[in-house]
Amino acid sequence: MPPKQATSDLRLKDRAGSIFDQLMPIFATLAALLVGAIFLMLLGANPLVAYGALAQGAFGSFNAFTETLVKAVPLLLVGLGTCIAYRGSVTNIGGEGQMIIGAILSTWFGLTFTELPGWLAIIIAMLLGIIGGMIWGGIPGILKAYFNVNEILSTVMMNAIAVQVMNYLMRGPMIDPVQREAASQIPQTARLLETYRLPRLSPTRLHMGLLIAILLAVAVYFLLWRTTLGYRIRAVGQSQPASKYGGIDVKKHIVVALLLSGAFAGLAGMMQVYGVNYRMITDGSATGFTGNAGFNGIVAALFGQLHPLITIPASVLFGGLLVGANAMQRVVQVPSALITALNGLVVVFVVSSEFFRRRSQKRRQSQFGTELAEPEDAEMQQEAGEA
Amino acid sequence: MISDLLSATVIIGIISSGIRLTTPYLFASIGEMFGQRSGVLNLGVEGQMLLGSFVAFYVTLKTSNLWLGLLAAMGVGALMGLAMAFVTVNLHATQGISGIGFYLFGMGMSNLLFQKLVGTVEGVRGFQKISVPLLGKIPVIGEIFFNHNALVYLAFLLVPVAWFVLNKTTLGLKIRAVGENPEAADSLGVSVAGIRYLTVIMGGVFSGIAGASLSVALLNVFQQNMTAGQGFIAVALVYFGSWKPFGILGGALLFSMVNALQLWIQVLGIPIPAELAVMMPYILTLLVLTLSVSKGRGPSALTKVFEREG
Amino acid sequence: MKKVFTLVSVLLVVAMFLGACAQTPEAESPATGGETSEPLRIAVVSPSSINDLAFTQSISDALIVLKAEMGDDLEYAFTENMFVVDDAAAAIRDYATKGYDIVIAHGSQYGSSVQEIAPDFPETVFAWGTTVDTFGLPNVHAYEAASDQGGYVNGVMAGMLTKSKIIGVVGPIETGDAKLYVDGFVAGVKSVDPSIDVRVTYIGSFSDVALAAEAATTHIAAGADILTGSAQMVVGAIGKAEEAGLYWFGTQANQNAFAPKTVVASQVYHWEVILREIISLHAAGIMGGHTFSATLQNGGQVITINPEIELSEEIKTKVEEVIAGINDGSIVIPKP
Repeated sequence: MPPKQATSDLRLKDRAGSIFDQLMPIFATLAALLVGAIFLMLLGANPLVAYGALAQGAFGSFNAFTETLVKAVPLLLVGLGTCIAYRGSVTNIGGEGQMIIGAILSTWFGLTFTELPGWLAIIIAMLLGIIGGMIWGGIPGILKAYFNVNEILSTVMMNAIAVQVMNYLMRGPMIDPVQREAASQIPQTARLLETYRLPRLSPTRLHMGLLIAILLAVAVYFLLWRTTLGYRIRAVGQSQPASKYGGIDVKKHIVVALLLSGAFAGLAGMMQVYGVNYRMITDGSATGFTGNAGFNGIVAALFGQLHPLITIPASVLFGGLLVGANAMQRVVQVPSALITALNGLVVVFVVSSEFFRRRSQKRRQSQFGTELAEPEDAEMQQEAGEA
Repeated sequence: MISDLLSATVIIGIISSGIRLTTPYLFASIGEMFGQRSGVLNLGVEGQMLLGSFVAFYVTLKTSNLWLGLLAAMGVGALMGLAMAFVTVNLHATQGISGIGFYLFGMGMSNLLFQKLVGTVEGVRGFQKISVPLLGKIPVIGEIFFNHNALVYLAFLLVPVAWFVLNKTTLGLKIRAVGENPEAADSLGVSVAGIRYLTVIMGGVFSGIAGASLSVALLNVFQQNMTAGQGFIAVALVYFGSWKPFGILGGALLFSMVNALQLWIQVLGIPIPAELAVMMPYILTLLVLTLSVSKGRGPSALTKVFEREG
Repeated sequence: MKKVFTLVSVLLVVAMFLGACAQTPEAESPATGGETSEPLRIAVVSPSSINDLAFTQSISDALIVLKAEMGDDLEYAFTENMFVVDDAAAAIRDYATKGYDIVIAHGSQYGSSVQEIAPDFPETVFAWGTTVDTFGLPNVHAYEAASDQGGYVNGVMAGMLTKSKIIGVVGPIETGDAKLYVDGFVAGVKSVDPSIDVRVTYIGSFSDVALAAEAATTHIAAGADILTGSAQMVVGAIGKAEEAGLYWFGTQANQNAFAPKTVVASQVYHWEVILREIISLHAAGIMGGHTFSATLQNGGQVITINPEIELSEEIKTKVEEVIAGINDGSIVIPKP
């Protein structure tokens, strides 16, 4: 180990480099937008005006900022679930379905039991959202652990099944009685009681869910790095044979990883209903309800380097990108398909930029003998040394 | 009512519908299989299919040449495969997520190009049904199996060819080696990067063909988002088939036949809620896989990054 | 490398700020004095694609017609693919904030959003469809299409044309407009001959064209000789009908050109009829409170018969009879 160079000069360089690395996703996003500018020009739009609109739409006013935050809530929640899943070496792309089932369960409750005090109803609804997501995540978990069914397959199937369940319920047993009579037959439920809704920061649409999500992010951090359960999940994620040798029940922890990540997605679904729309509505597809949060949440977690606390700003930034992109569409009137393509470019660029970040980190490490950026790697090494 | 299902018309209908529906899955899934066998997970198949679907349609529309359209789709698929390979092999990007990025990009681009270059939905003259000489005339069997368009036949032919390449050629050996133990393969002189580039680009080409099979073979039109999630199902089927071509064939057939079955159930008026019928292929696929005893372990190096030391 | 990165990023961020600043003065473009009054500004928010040959295309077509009529007096903005209610709400609010005179929320799932947003913008007219609820708000209009009417007429024609007495329907999901159309269609068929078997399948998706095509194939194999259906994925089904040389009845948009020998008639929505009323009400200072229905009578929906298909005189007369009957109320379309 090279001796610690105590000169402040080097320390500064290291600090600057470290911050630069952490901001890598932002640079990558900007690079993607640069490429996007080419498309904008081909479509006859002025990229400066367009991206100006994007920035304004995301953060340009108080209203815009709250819209960004509202968008960030499900991203953060799904992202937290993703952090847990990925660290447990499980790929959970079933967020869409888990959101739906969590929402269905909690909405059903809120519409059926209408005599409770608001705060109690909300708490129970949250629990039901979590349970719904857990069921939908737990099934792939059990299938993977005990039947060796790959979770990518099972979550893809479960997503499709969840959509059909939602469609059936929304147009059938759970449809708003008003709609049943009306000619329009919109597949939506009745509205939740006033008291049952998550309190809002009026007159914006920002709801209490944000606070809950942030608190949960902190909780997840503690879970993963300060509890035995979290340690075991991560151990199984790093190496299954090693964990088994160390006495950890691998199968159980695979299930737990999926249960937990499903739970978060389910809660995200509940929040969309109780915090934003106050009813559940479907247009026949998953995206119509989730807004792709099931996928975008995964991306947000990646932006946050799979660290629950960093996922918070990552979700806000990514949420801003999504909200801003829509605002951009309205100003320059480009087809919304371009927005989707841009979304894809950003994801690809950010994912690729990890390479540069890691390389830069390694370089700094050997130059300055700095501590590893991820706290748990140090722990792991320690424990591996002890084992 | 259920007994209606046992009539000859129905059974013939289900099987031939099933065969048609299987086609895009076969192309996309086998392409993905090669990639996964070499250790790369590509979740962007849907995006590749959509772009391939549009390009095949557009080129055919403009040049009235189907094979040119097919070639163009293959080219576009190859390009996207190339990008995916670069991002995965050289930049070590997290594979599950990079795939989603390509999916979104492919979906957005195909819709954008469609809106700007074509504008409104219109039809093309796609691959026509070809009746296999002699075999096509056999009653019942001929109707079911030997009266499809060229791409359907190609899709089914692909299965034994893929099996052969994977299991009986040196290339296949290299692919499998790279997927199981890239370090060992590398030390034996196999270019891990080269093999992965090859398989991922191949996967892109096949996804492009899968998309083309939709817009200029099975159907004669392009409509936005027309793959409707089939790309993801194709990836899922790779797992179902335990990374083996014939296993994938089984999975694709199962899924598609049940889909065809649920249509007949609805048409015959059997009183099941439509949503339940629609769910059937997914539930059954999951059930069958859960209960099946022989499941492959999967390539050990799947999704793991390979870095050459030294 | 790092320096380049940082430099480029800084430049980009600066550019975005400049762009953001560049916008505000633009939005406050002063009315050029001496000219006629400012153009009317309409914004539309819609759930699917602008060229889906179905729901969204119909409203887009309406605006194109209006623009052709009004020329420079009309300025409009269109935001499509807002299937996420959240995003749509943001869009609606944004357009209202930007001072658009009329904001059209063209999707039944947007109701709650309109209900929430409208009170904040008393100077803006909100119109939403397809429904009849104006929430009692003074600046909200509601419009719907009596799709069952067009469905009925199509059904009558289909009933008269079918030889096998089996008709197939390919639908996406059993809700909303689709359901209304189908109900009307079935009623129309039964009014001609109650023994005709109308089979309805819902494929569970708005976009799966291949599955819609197979549904059509299945119907045909099961004996149907006339088909109909709704939503954007039916282009697959129409293709199959074309291959089999059978007839198709379209809805939501004019599908006649897509398969000229196959599509007998399309029920086309002409939302501009309703929009014109909303515009003139706005000019007279009335901001909302009205409900509109696109009916055969007011021209909001039109049965466009395909001129390339030969229909017997008997059918043509019957169609006119039925339309007249619906218009004067003598024919009441039964609900299922």
